[in-house]
Amino acid sequence: MRWVLLGLAAAGALGAAVVLGPAAIPLAELGTSPIVRDLRLPRALLAFLVGGALATAGTGLQGLLRNPLADPFLLGLSGGAGLGVVLAIALGWGGPWGLPVAAFAGAMGAMVLVYRLGLVSGGALDPRTMLLAGVAVGAFAAAVTTAIVSLAEASQLRNAFLWLWGGLSGASWQTVAVLAVYAPVPLAVLAAAARPLDLLALGEEPARYLGADVERVKRRVYLAASLLTAAAVAVSGVIGFVGLLVPHLARLVWGHRHGALLPAAFVGGGTLLTLADTLARTVVAPRELPVGIVTALVGVPVFALLLRRWGAP
Amino acid sequence: MILDVRDVTYRYPGAARDALAGVSLALDPGEFVAVLGPNGSGKTTLLRIALGAVRPAAGEALVGDRRAHDWEPQALARAVGVVPQREESAFPLRVRDAVLLGRYPHLSPWAPAGAADYAAVERALRACDALPLADRWLATLSGGEYQRVRLARALAQEPRLLVLDEPTASLDLRHEMELFERTRLLAVPEGLAVLVITHHVNLATRFADRVLLLHDGRPAAQGRPGDVLTRGTVERVFDWPVAIAQFDGAPQIVPLRRPLEVR
Repeated sequence: MRWVLLGLAAAGALGAAVVLGPAAIPLAELGTSPIVRDLRLPRALLAFLVGGALATAGTGLQGLLRNPLADPFLLGLSGGAGLGVVLAIALGWGGPWGLPVAAFAGAMGAMVLVYRLGLVSGGALDPRTMLLAGVAVGAFAAAVTTAIVSLAEASQLRNAFLWLWGGLSGASWQTVAVLAVYAPVPLAVLAAAARPLDLLALGEEPARYLGADVERVKRRVYLAASLLTAAAVAVSGVIGFVGLLVPHLARLVWGHRHGALLPAAFVGGGTLLTLADTLARTVVAPRELPVGIVTALVGVPVFALLLRRWGAP
Repeated sequence: MILDVRDVTYRYPGAARDALAGVSLALDPGEFVAVLGPNGSGKTTLLRIALGAVRPAAGEALVGDRRAHDWEPQALARAVGVVPQREESAFPLRVRDAVLLGRYPHLSPWAPAGAADYAAVERALRACDALPLADRWLATLSGGEYQRVRLARALAQEPRLLVLDEPTASLDLRHEMELFERTRLLAVPEGLAVLVITHHVNLATRFADRVLLLHDGRPAAQGRPGDVLTRGTVERVFDWPVAIAQFDGAPQIVPLRRPLEVR
């Protein structure tokens, strides 16, 4: 039942994204309109893939860090990817493959730093230290990003600023293809780690005694989540709160078994971001809000409610 | 022989002395063995070596016929079930789902849990008298109920060796006795090898076939409780005067009063 409802919500969100827009297109012409074919459809699909990737990465990191408040953004991965892309824009490495590579490199840089900072004596990863390291690395990346933006040309600056808040206006069939090639491998790695993630929720030592290869799982989940985050950020900028909010909502409905949670988060994240993007490009049409602003405007109040819920006994 | 620890030595990196030196321990199916000792005597280190979590500097630890650290983790979890000393689920879980985690070592990566797994969960819950708890949330259980559920999870692994690490740390008299009685039944007649790490000497002497008493990482006594837990040994290991009484054919340690000097 809940899967049916989720499927209907996803279909509805994708349908709305195709039907709604600044240009009024009669329903009868949806199938033939170049606006739908070349703009709205790839953009809807991209939003869905990005939202799904971020929510799945967030779910995996929450399980890995045993912390319900972890998401790709709080761990500094999005910040690192953002720094990579802004650096690439400033240095003039454009192009459809330049930015994904730069974002990926930035996210990997942040990941390596957080990982290294999270290593405690004996070579074990400490979740709490990783969270603190993520905050620190994110702050550092933001500072460097701001420094680069402040030194950039005015036109570059505006682009960089808008890019940082996330936007899907660059969507094309090519970017959809980029993500569709990129994402399945890390998604499959996370899906394969579903059961070890269930075990990790008990703590590393109990998980090991229940058969999880803890260090390997931590590495794989961390790497896969970074790959997803990097890919998402590369094609759409830094879109916050999807990776935090959706896993929470999915946990409320599906419980904490990652085998169900991860796919539910993917579809839920895709649905939410598709809706948010439809809002972003219609509420102030013909202009457009960065979609990251919409997700933050929706996400922060819901996040605050969830915090109260987690604080309750 | 399911567990065979031979003359192992281990020193933590940067430590001044060995955490464990020259310790041996063997278990056959149907045996109930207790590892005793004061805090910091090496009990946990011995457990880590026996379960392959750390590699001994000298000697070796065999589970079945393979060295403990050579086991693939999932295969080891089918042979050895552990009730760890401490754990805390990061996310809320129901009892039935928590016990189902004990089936994970038996599942192939993409196959869902099947009828045989749910039957094993049911059996484990029943063996631990925890079937009525199946739909409760873990967080709502009392300490005694929680330990029964954790024991059920280890049994759902269908192991040949069951290891309990300080299982009665926060249990009252009835629940600690109940846990030992239940665990004893798993050794005889069920045929599991049971290894209990505890500092409850008096419980261990009444339930265990053999005990290993550790002192500063070295074996201070090893054998049948009535043979090896002499007054001199216990006083030396725990650094406190005791008397030894006999009860049920097992030695019972009675700590004596030794008022601290008031300065």
